[in-house]
Amino acid sequence: MAVKSLIETVTVGAGGAASIEFAAIPQAGSDLMLVISLRSGRVAVAEEYRIHFNGSTANLTTRYLEGDGSTVASATSANGFIGIGGSSTSTASTFGNQSIYISNYTSSNFKSFSVDSVMENNATTSYQDIVAGLWSSTAAITSITLTNGTGSNWLQHSTASLYKIKYD
Amino acid sequence: MAEVPVKIVVDLSKPKGERESIIPLTKAEIDEREAMAVEAEAQRVTDEAAAQALTDLKTSARAKLVAGEPLTEEEAATLVF
Repeated sequence: MAVKSLIETVTVGAGGAASIEFAAIPQAGSDLMLVISLRSGRVAVAEEYRIHFNGSTANLTTRYLEGDGSTVASATSANGFIGIGGSSTSTASTFGNQSIYISNYTSSNFKSFSVDSVMENNATTSYQDIVAGLWSSTAAITSITLTNGTGSNWLQHSTASLYKIKYD
Repeated sequence: MAEVPVKIVVDLSKPKGERESIIPLTKAEIDEREAMAVEAEAQRVTDEAAAQALTDLKTSARAKLVAGEPLTEEEAATLVF
């Protein structure tokens, strides 16, 4: 049987935050799941969301399938790309939602992860991404950092929740 | 004075209620963010120009098809079969 339990939830306050980091992640689980709802302060409709493990931006590869409301694309990335979400000129009071599943985060193998990502925007342009990722490191994951592609702040009311999945 | 950007660090080794810290970015982190912003803006300009060029090619290709005129190689490449 698998048991999923919430480790912690964080909500961005009024001043915004450049990044969100979960540090000293307990090593007692099997998998991790990160559920995030973010909005960027970038002055544009959309923002590229990124993830890093253990403070490193290296050894990360992702392949994604993306729809933007008009076209479909598939590409790879080496910067921790995990999808596109809303920023300050997308529909007001909406947030991008992503679910990130990281298998076997404590193992001594490379770490694979998958992402379902959607952006809320009441217009033709609104992104959806399915992402397959690999962190080519044998180290256990002890921290996860959420940033974006433009160095903009995450806005107030953005949230991130980290869950642990433990198999009996 | 401009507000110093901050990051949220949640130290999960601490008890609940004591985990979250709001930490000002270092100068190196701020410089990195600013460099990312410049690069992103340059990329945005490039992407918008490319998108406009594609739109222009498609518009021209459509008009030529309707008029029965020959398309250029670039215009023909915008057609999806």
